[in-house]
Amino acid sequence: MFISAVNTISLYAIPLILLSITTYGVIKKVKVYEVFTEGAKEGFNTAIRVIPFLTAMLVAIGVFRASGAMDYFSKLVAPITNAIGMPSEVLPMALMRPLSGGGASGIMNGLFAEFGPDSLIGRMASVMNGSTDTTFYVLAVYFGSISIKKTRHALSAGLLADAAGLLSAVIITNIMFG
Amino acid sequence: MINYVWFGLLIIGIVVSIVTGNVQAVTDAAIGNAKTAVELSMGLIGVMALWLGIMKIAEESGLVKKLSIALKPILTKLFPDIPGDHPAMGAIVMNIAANVFGLGDAATPFGLKAMQEMQKLNTTDDTATDSMCTFLAINTSSVTLVPASVIAYRVAAGSTNAVEIIGPAIIATAISTTTAIIAVKLLSKSKKYRTTKPDMKMAQTNE
Repeated sequence: MFISAVNTISLYAIPLILLSITTYGVIKKVKVYEVFTEGAKEGFNTAIRVIPFLTAMLVAIGVFRASGAMDYFSKLVAPITNAIGMPSEVLPMALMRPLSGGGASGIMNGLFAEFGPDSLIGRMASVMNGSTDTTFYVLAVYFGSISIKKTRHALSAGLLADAAGLLSAVIITNIMFG
Repeated sequence: MINYVWFGLLIIGIVVSIVTGNVQAVTDAAIGNAKTAVELSMGLIGVMALWLGIMKIAEESGLVKKLSIALKPILTKLFPDIPGDHPAMGAIVMNIAANVFGLGDAATPFGLKAMQEMQKLNTTDDTATDSMCTFLAINTSSVTLVPASVIAYRVAAGSTNAVEIIGPAIIATAISTTTAIIAVKLLSKSKKYRTTKPDMKMAQTNE
């Protein structure tokens, strides 16, 4: 039941937003077509401005991933994560999550294939993935779009939030499904 | 901090790859991801144009302003250096709303619009304001209520109850977002970030 409700929402969300905003615009006598194109013009420049920032970030993340350093790092911190109830299999996904959304989803799907999505590991990976975001990507794109280089405390706060989200995912999953 | 993290990822990756003999993979990843970055940015153009166009209609029709007025009490607490009726507030609301409902494609253009509007209040070109940091922290903490892609992956993997993770994910999301807000507020008061804080332009109401 719930699944179909969720699917219905995702199916209709975008058409409904498009419909309601343009309809409201017409009611308020906005020249919708002209105004739309005027706004859309900005899309190109914004995307172009993001390129250097995204390149810098993705290259560093790619080098780190390809080197296999993640495996060593996982082994290094495994004793700590075991102590808080995080199975060591989930750890690489947790570490990957802020760096790469695709990478984290790849690891999660690997865990699903190996342990099943309804295992404790599968559920923990799902909750973690669903409750955090790709901090580095968001940072690069958002600040990049306005050419901000000195990001001050944004990254520290973002990573602290990731840590809190991952940690609570572990605790909640263990309480609910452990 | 971002400089150290960036350099750290590179040097750890390169040193480990030399030790393990993975050097070719690292070279491929560096070149490949540089290309991916451009492809991703180019891929943004269409979606950005679509949602920025829609956003402009929402702005001109006064919808954005209505939204930001309705949420003014919360927004001015979170972003005290943005005037309550500034267009940045509207874009922030649209971004967070799109994120909450898991519309990632729409959330990014709205978010970038919010950054542009916030940049108009910034007296420096290259330094993030407190509001930008708060906005970023909220965004990177994820505010998505229903993680649609995770659910889709679970269904594909044959889960018998793919949506059972929604409840726990909402709790974890709430905790991470709360942490983000507390962290960003506390950090902005620390000596290091207080002294680097850029001045804000005089509050100018829009138009």
